[in-house]
Amino acid sequence: MRPAAVPKPTPARTEQIILFRASNQIFAISSASVQEVRSVDSLAGAAVEISEATLPKVRHAIRRTDRHLYVVNAPLHFGLRPTPAALIFLLRQSRVALLVDGIEKMTTMTRLQALPAAFCHEERTWYRGLTVLDQNVIPVVHPAGFLTPAEISLLDAITDPQSLLNAAGTARAELSL
Amino acid sequence: MTWLEQLDTCTCVLLRLGERRFALVADQVAELAAPSRIFRFAQKTPEIDGVILRRGRVVPVCDIAETLIGKKLTQRRFYLIATRKQGQGLDWVALPVSGECELIQADLTPAGPSDSHHVAAWLSHQGEVIEVLNLYALTPGADPRHSPVSPTSAPEVHA
Repeated sequence: MRPAAVPKPTPARTEQIILFRASNQIFAISSASVQEVRSVDSLAGAAVEISEATLPKVRHAIRRTDRHLYVVNAPLHFGLRPTPAALIFLLRQSRVALLVDGIEKMTTMTRLQALPAAFCHEERTWYRGLTVLDQNVIPVVHPAGFLTPAEISLLDAITDPQSLLNAAGTARAELSL
Repeated sequence: MTWLEQLDTCTCVLLRLGERRFALVADQVAELAAPSRIFRFAQKTPEIDGVILRRGRVVPVCDIAETLIGKKLTQRRFYLIATRKQGQGLDWVALPVSGECELIQADLTPAGPSDSHHVAAWLSHQGEVIEVLNLYALTPGADPRHSPVSPTSAPEVHA
């Protein structure tokens, strides 16, 4: 009689993450969602200033090929005290560039726990969940949670003179009816 | 059917917040834990202090003392780990308490329409009338479908 086959343990699904600092707090972001990491200095000349009172966390845009990327200040996004930023993460397949204080380290997470339901405000949009690393609880950010499509449209309207002209033209057309 | 509709006599856990005692139905209590490190991260739910790690699980800490006794607990002796039904599963919440807890059997009197939302029922113990807490009204993000006190059961008011 052959002994029953012992099922192979399924390897834990791992994910490469970047631990970064914003206002002296540690956050994690999936490495796969970060396309480039640049120093703030390297983009100094390429950024366009934005002043939109309803979105104080966005102060700059970077022109990339045919569209703008919007620079989101991570501490302001999370409601933290602003601190001098050193790095910008250009997010993959996103219109967002994230201004952070610095990178703590790159590591691997094996388990992402859902954010407990007791957290019921903006943090549900901010985070994919929580992970435990070296007995510390680290929030894992949601790359799509930095700007809503409506906020991106608003910023597009401000930064793109063509869209402003179009908007003005539409308004005139509506008024002339 | 909720525990409140099912039971007259119920096992409850008495907890102390400052000088006052409150009760939770024992079914809603997972364990009493010693204070442990609290982890804080950016978030916007004011009732949540942070999270603790318990048996590999991240448990939010919700200080209910401010609502119940009007001030935050200055000294936390334990965390009462309570459970709420959330969809098909259970959600854990750590409630800081300022004294040891006691398991008792008591007859419950359902709360009336004039009672606060956080009161699910009343019990009498050693000459003291004690509020049995409605965790779903006290803690944020609760699934209202599982609340023992249905918001729809309140009497209608007609002008």
